[in-house]
Amino acid sequence: MAILDKHKFIETNATLLLVLSLLVVSIGGIVQIAPLFWLENTIEDVEGMRPYTPLELAGRDIYIREGCYVCHSQMIRPMRDEVERYGHYSLAAESKYDHPHQWGSKRTGPDLARVGGRYSDDWHVDHLINPQSVVPESVMPKYGFLERRNIDGEYIGDLLKANAFVGVPYSDEMVENAQADFLAQADPDADYDGLLERYGEEIAVRNFDGNQGVTEMDALVAYLQMLGTLVDFSTFTPDASR
Amino acid sequence: MSKKPTKKPEVPTTGHTWDGIQEYDNPMPRWWLWCFYLTIIWGIGYAIAYPAWPGIQSATAGVLGYSTRGEVAAEIAAANARNEAINTRLASADLSTIADDVELNGYATSAGSAVFKTWCAQCHGSGAAGAKGYPNLLDNDWLWGGDIESIHETVRVGIRTETHDETRYSEMPAFGVFEMLDDTQLDQVANYVISLSGEPQDATMVAAGAALFEENCTSCHGEKGLGDREQGAPNLADAIWLYGGDFDTVRETIYGSRFGVMPNWDARLTEAQINAVAVYVHQLGGGE
Repeated sequence: MAILDKHKFIETNATLLLVLSLLVVSIGGIVQIAPLFWLENTIEDVEGMRPYTPLELAGRDIYIREGCYVCHSQMIRPMRDEVERYGHYSLAAESKYDHPHQWGSKRTGPDLARVGGRYSDDWHVDHLINPQSVVPESVMPKYGFLERRNIDGEYIGDLLKANAFVGVPYSDEMVENAQADFLAQADPDADYDGLLERYGEEIAVRNFDGNQGVTEMDALVAYLQMLGTLVDFSTFTPDASR
Repeated sequence: MSKKPTKKPEVPTTGHTWDGIQEYDNPMPRWWLWCFYLTIIWGIGYAIAYPAWPGIQSATAGVLGYSTRGEVAAEIAAANARNEAINTRLASADLSTIADDVELNGYATSAGSAVFKTWCAQCHGSGAAGAKGYPNLLDNDWLWGGDIESIHETVRVGIRTETHDETRYSEMPAFGVFEMLDDTQLDQVANYVISLSGEPQDATMVAAGAALFEENCTSCHGEKGLGDREQGAPNLADAIWLYGGDFDTVRETIYGSRFGVMPNWDARLTEAQINAVAVYVHQLGGGE
């Protein structure tokens, strides 16, 4: 194999070595990554996924801002112990409207992929204000300030637009009514018919934190209470090839 | 350069020289080289055995037919199969007589303990002693009943949850928010309610509070404030408080009402699991 004896030539030419290494690494990367864009089974079709409501999307931004993903994952792995503890393993489709996804890489706290509906709103508020009041052994910091920070959703339409730009199916109507929908979801006395019409009948409209006005607490709790509840698993049959 | 190299002078150098230091051009160690070749052979075998190469529609499936989802499904099925016989018995068991069946009762208690620690402990505490707003399950005070069927029903349908049509539901009016009582009246009722089980903050208000209680509260809490489990109305005379029994807290409860929510667990747990956790909670100490 005379060609293999030529490596001395490559190894003594730094630039050539660099270019060829890059080439080899790119082939490896392309073979692994590129097919995901065309393989039909990468993202499966599931019933129930919808874009996040403006309030949930704002809550998601707070989740990211506060670095919740540093200690909490949103990825239930397909293993029996995880399924027993957290519920059905996560599907790719469940994070298809996440830009970026919040799978996380470490669990100091529990996984949150299916935390929605598991606790009451009051519990989430109590827990965010003082985690140790409900879970004495918790090491989570306190986030009580969220309850005192009012938000009005002034720029929420822009956030929807940015998400629409990267592929989330927000319609023009959703973008236009973003602020109204944002405010309506946290106020059961408001006119929220439009919100339900645009995002679905299942949307939870509640005063999540029990206080007047829309606060960051409302947004975060609305987001948490939605997590993992969208897909209708009664219509889901796992494809074994995935 | 005090010594000249004395070992293996026959090995050629790479020809590189840095500050007079030369580099031998030794071959790779044999063991390393063979490990390297083995990993290549292993890689080829792996690509044949397991899902590997992407195609147009999907990736090659691999001759072993392995899939992560298939594996987890098989694991869960195997675990369920191991307990199937007893879980079937538990799911159809008559809860009122389950205590007579030693084997089933023991299994239900252990299984219920696991369910409780996974799904219930975050609110009710790992020892089930509860917290402010989350009922203590160890004592004899029950909002919706402490016999095993009532506990089972509460777990199954939840309390004030939006996700179950038959959920247990009660809503006390927010007497202050809706201006049904004024500030003085709120003070009076709070003093009366506290006087049922302890020392009121201001004993002179108790009589007026009793009259207001009679008028506004007895339809749910009863004439003596003993509560009504049919309506989920708490007993106010037993010195056991869900949100606190000091004057300010009681007044706040009357002012704005409370609206504790518990999820319905029939959506997440199997019938056998709900029976198990009902048995577990029932045997904690307060079960009737």
